[in-house]
Amino acid sequence: MSERILSVLVEDKPGVLARVSSTISRRGFNINSLSVGPTNIEGRSKMTIVTELDAVEQVKKQLNKLVNVIKIVELDPSMTIETEVLLLKVSINKDSQTSVIEKASLSNATSVDVGQDFAIFELTGSSKELDKFESLMKPFGIIEMVRGGRIALQSNL
Amino acid sequence: MTKDKLSGAELVIRGLEHINVSTVFGVPGGAILPAYDPLYDSPIRHILARHEQGAGHMAEGYAQATGELGVVIATSGPGATNLITPLANALMDSTPLLAITGQVASDAIGNDAFQEAYTVGLSMAATKHNYLITDASEIPQILKEAKYIATTGRPGPVLIDIPKDILNQQASWVEPGALDLPGYKPTLEPNPKMVQQASNLIKKSKKPILYVGGGIIHSKANTELFDLATKFKIPVVTTLMGRGAFPDGHELCLEMPGMHGNYTATTSIQNADLLIAIGVRFDDRVTANPSFFAQNAKVIHADIDPAEIGKVRDAEVPIVGDAKSVIKGLIESLDDTNLDTEGWISELKDMKSKFPLSYKQEAKGPLKVPYVLEELQKLTKEEAIVVSGVGQHQMWISQHWNFTEPNTWLNSGGLGTMGYALPGAIGAKTAYPNKLVLALDGDGCFQMTCQELITASTENIPIKIVVFNNGNHGMVRQWQKIFYNSKFSASELTHDTPDYVKLAESMGAIGMRMMEKSDVEKVFNKMLEINDKPVLVDCVVDPDDMVFPMVPAGGSNDQIIMNKEDLKNL
Repeated sequence: MSERILSVLVEDKPGVLARVSSTISRRGFNINSLSVGPTNIEGRSKMTIVTELDAVEQVKKQLNKLVNVIKIVELDPSMTIETEVLLLKVSINKDSQTSVIEKASLSNATSVDVGQDFAIFELTGSSKELDKFESLMKPFGIIEMVRGGRIALQSNL
Repeated sequence: MTKDKLSGAELVIRGLEHINVSTVFGVPGGAILPAYDPLYDSPIRHILARHEQGAGHMAEGYAQATGELGVVIATSGPGATNLITPLANALMDSTPLLAITGQVASDAIGNDAFQEAYTVGLSMAATKHNYLITDASEIPQILKEAKYIATTGRPGPVLIDIPKDILNQQASWVEPGALDLPGYKPTLEPNPKMVQQASNLIKKSKKPILYVGGGIIHSKANTELFDLATKFKIPVVTTLMGRGAFPDGHELCLEMPGMHGNYTATTSIQNADLLIAIGVRFDDRVTANPSFFAQNAKVIHADIDPAEIGKVRDAEVPIVGDAKSVIKGLIESLDDTNLDTEGWISELKDMKSKFPLSYKQEAKGPLKVPYVLEELQKLTKEEAIVVSGVGQHQMWISQHWNFTEPNTWLNSGGLGTMGYALPGAIGAKTAYPNKLVLALDGDGCFQMTCQELITASTENIPIKIVVFNNGNHGMVRQWQKIFYNSKFSASELTHDTPDYVKLAESMGAIGMRMMEKSDVEKVFNKMLEINDKPVLVDCVVDPDDMVFPMVPAGGSNDQIIMNKEDLKNL
């Protein structure tokens, strides 16, 4: 099933994230990713919701019923700039160090912290690029990893 | 007011007066206490319920009877959690309700303080919208906003949670201003193109059915509906929430379809070539299995809530808008169209006479609810407001009572909340002290909120209650009989405990009892004569009676069980 991306403009009011996520879970909808942050307009936040639902029309309608939800736009993936952020802590030793750093730099990941037996990398990119980097690092031993929600903008409206 | 500053509590009461609230239902308690102090001096009438659930249903009954906002006040913690049922009930049945709850002081929130509950979180999925007030100066504006949200678009419940320190905080009264709700703009006027498409479909239709519900009543569109149906000769089915939107007894009225609907109403939808659905939501109690529902029909679906359109059944013509405007648009667009529905109407007329609702009251046998209902309606000279609980008695009332006016049939349709009748009737009678208000209840339902009988007596609200006492959870028993091999697990209540007559008397009401056919007229006449006190009639009825017709849950509306004999083929 193909992914659908919803860009949801909301009022920046207490509980708005809880309202949106409660509506989604109450109606039995599943989501792959949800991120929220401020916009250039004061008092407005934007949520990016990624789902694989056929029922995306129902999700949109139910979310639109929330008083604090102002506008929902479904983004066309072919015209959408999408990015995601990842922080990954991998174990290193004398033998693996060079190889880890080399692979990270080839993947355009930035090293943000290096200790005696670990390194932390940051990578921003598409979900696929992040997946690829994760699998490259796996053999060295991933200690911890976190990925931020996906955010998106339509490049051409 | 002479004071420069008011307390948050005073702002609440003044704010309620400002939005024209004349009656509130509630129960006081610690966190909400500050609000009860200025309430004492206000012209607003407060009805002291015996339980917050009762208070909530009273406010719903008030709102369902008037079409206006019902208001309930409760304290924090258990006061608020007891309100969850009425809130969820109002959300399901689109009843405009405002709940004001006290909350522990702002600095105690999140600390598991005494009588603390996360009211905003708990009520989030049971309200249309809710608020936590963080500054007393917001109160007048938020009250105005809350009323607007509760009563416009698809109506529903709104809750305002106010911490105790905010109720005590001093602030100036600022006249509420224009509303700033960028995300809330209900569509009232339908798109004329869609109305045109709808009327094109209607013109081509040979077997149209107007399938209408609660939306007609909320929109006060019954006159327009009457014009549409009678001018173009389109038969009408009214759902449980729409009973009274089109007058029973009219030749075009087919009454209620669905699980316990009459044969003709349910079958008319199955045989229709066009459903003109207005203010309905294709509830599972109407459609049964949606794959078998109205398979031959195209669908025009008009609703004020866009999320209802296409939720259960795709519509050939979706129309978002207020029922009244939609119907006016349709009448205008159809203009002088002559629909040839004579054949269709006579087909349905034949069906009605071939498959009527039936019951058998034997002279010496136990009382049957449909018989008692029909006798009661004969004896009532005026249009009554009828309020019911949930279950067998509710279905029998909807089937056998003749509803001719909107807002005269109040019940818990969507949520199916047992215990609605008594408090609901108290709310309705508070709104209309001069109207006859009947709480027609089951014994199982009555026992869920019967303490509110004390509210009715002490507040001088002379409603009339009939408890259809079959000593059982009747609908549960019916299902156990049909689907669980007559294994009556936990459905028996015993019909003589409590003694309802003594219970009524102990609660300040008048109690009476009817056991057999010869009692009915006598007891009801006596009941109808008493107008200064609540009256309760313990009506002992047959525990083995079952509601028919019936379409089992998830079944097909083409396979209607008409009577006990049909069960053998199940």
